[in-house]
Amino acid sequence: MSVVFEKPHSLCDVNLHYCPGCTHGIIHRLVCEVIDEIGIEGNTVGICPVGCSVMAYDYFNCDMIEAAHGRAPATATGVKRARPDLMVFTYQGDGDLAAIGTAETVHAATRGENIVVIFINNTTYGMTGGQMAPTTLPGQVTQTTPFGRDPKVQGYPIRVCEMLSTLSGTALAQRVAVDSVPHINEAKKAIRKAFENERDEKGFSIVEVLSTCPTNWGLSPVEALERLRTDMIPYYPLGVFKDCDAKNPKEEK
Amino acid sequence: MERNLMKGNEALAEAAMRAGCKCFFGYPITPQTEISAYLAKKMQANGGVFLQAESEIAAINMVLGASATGTRCMTSSSSPGISLKSEGISYIAGSDLPCVIINVERGGPGLGGIQPSQSDYWQATKALGHGDFQLLVFAPASVQEMVDMVVKAFDKADEYRMPAMILADGLLGQMMEPVTFPEISVEQKPKPWACDGTKMKRKHNIINSLYLQPETLENSNISRYERYKKIKETETDAEIYLCDDAEIVVTAFGATARVAKSAVNTAREQGIKAGLFRPKTLWPFPVKEINEACKSAKNVLSVEMSMGQMIDDVKLALECRIPVSFFGRTGGVIPKPSEILEEIKKLGGAE
Ligand SMILES: Cc1ncc(C[n+]2csc(CCOP(=O)(O)OP(=O)(O)O)c2C)c(N)n1
Ligand code: SF4
Ligand SMILES: [Mg+2]
Repeated sequence: MSVVFEKPHSLCDVNLHYCPGCTHGIIHRLVCEVIDEIGIEGNTVGICPVGCSVMAYDYFNCDMIEAAHGRAPATATGVKRARPDLMVFTYQGDGDLAAIGTAETVHAATRGENIVVIFINNTTYGMTGGQMAPTTLPGQVTQTTPFGRDPKVQGYPIRVCEMLSTLSGTALAQRVAVDSVPHINEAKKAIRKAFENERDEKGFSIVEVLSTCPTNWGLSPVEALERLRTDMIPYYPLGVFKDCDAKNPKEEK
Repeated sequence: MERNLMKGNEALAEAAMRAGCKCFFGYPITPQTEISAYLAKKMQANGGVFLQAESEIAAINMVLGASATGTRCMTSSSSPGISLKSEGISYIAGSDLPCVIINVERGGPGLGGIQPSQSDYWQATKALGHGDFQLLVFAPASVQEMVDMVVKAFDKADEYRMPAMILADGLLGQMMEPVTFPEISVEQKPKPWACDGTKMKRKHNIINSLYLQPETLENSNISRYERYKKIKETETDAEIYLCDDAEIVVTAFGATARVAKSAVNTAREQGIKAGLFRPKTLWPFPVKEINEACKSAKNVLSVEMSMGQMIDDVKLALECRIPVSFFGRTGGVIPKPSEILEEIKKLGGAE
């Protein structure tokens, strides 16, 4: 009998605490498949954020560090600078990465810190019960924007990949989604490319994954996937915003 | 052994490298800049890392990451920067990670000033961040002690898996004195808890300060405090000077203790039975030692470059059996020996 489907070795054999229909789990699996395929589990250190994935240290089988809210890129920098032989990745939500940790994110990128950042954009603060995130869409109702996000009052959402793509230290800035099989396959390719970049010492790679939060969006899992397609992708277009391997004459050396 | 004439900050930086510090992360601030400048020049040639972070917050979290791999690492700052680091220090303590933090204090609160101060005593010994935790706090009073204490800080931080702080001030950082560097064995104990890759040979290590079960968090704090208990019993250190028959004991730490010492000497010349108690560890506070020093004291005078912070620990240690008064200058003003002598005389030393 041949094995057609298996749990990746680098994914711990435990129940995940995520809500039904939450796509955090899919993204964990993709990261682990890539870690297994490249064969780096024994040499990898992951950094957890503060957010719904705060306990991801119980899910990834490699060595794991829990960082303070938003500080994962700085913590990852410390690991990588101390031990450049280790593969280092962070796994961060939008509040973590693009609000409280904006400075750490931007500076890790501009230093060309040789790490992988997996960025989970679910347009909300999942863990604290669905408040406005820096990525919350205009008009989106959250606990702290009960009348919908009004750009005149709360400003505009941040497009993280576009912003980081302007920095010379960024090797890869790509936005993917996990709402459909083709998108999931695309997402895995991007994650794999990010880890290969790190292995090949190309610099800072970020993969932004559009993700669902059915619980705080007040939608069923299926409706949540639909919202991702109809509301999020138009505002956050999928694609590669920076790829150091693509020839671009304007790019500084 | 070779003697070198060096600035306090530079001597400390050199000693840190010799103690096996392989990573330094910092953000510029006066009056500690010489530490960064020295390490920026020397770290790489020493097989280490120097990195200027985007903020003190980033720097301390870089320290957390480097320490988690089992690497000896350090950050340095001055008062306002230490406030920013306090979040990270709490996480480091909660994660049971060792590291060394230098605070070359300046006057506060707020942006304060850039002249020497000791007004971060409370912060260092009582509340460097949220939660139940302590730091080892060493208070050097000479350039030689900047060297010796930083070496000790690295060893003790590793031994007890906790952050250690050198609480210095602008005066010590800038002053030049001859120093010798001790022979240091680079042999460090293995750190089986480190996140340095499982190599597929062990279970994954997790460095973490999150415990959602109240009982688990309580137990983690209790076991940390058991270590603290042992530290309080074994790691206190103090200088006791002319206290055998002293009726007035002056208590002071760091640079202030040097000024106080000269006041005590003059008092003795004038026939006043004065002595000096100088804690070298601020946490743990040398309770046994101060009681020993004050056995014949009728009055105690706490002299500090602050509005009066260590005086709380002096009173607690003496259980208020002896009256304790205070003299301090703050905001960057350094107390003069004559001012301290004046205070000693006020306490009845003038016959
Ligand atoms: C310093 C600090 N501020 C605030 C919090 C509370 N907090 C926990 S998670 C979180 C937001 C997480 O949102 P996000 O990063 O988007 O992750 P998600 O839960 O959506 O995956 C906040 C504000 C905290 N833990 N620490
Ligand atoms: S709150 Fe939202 S992001 Fe968090 S686990 Fe539930 S669905 Fe996922
Ligand atoms: Mg979020």
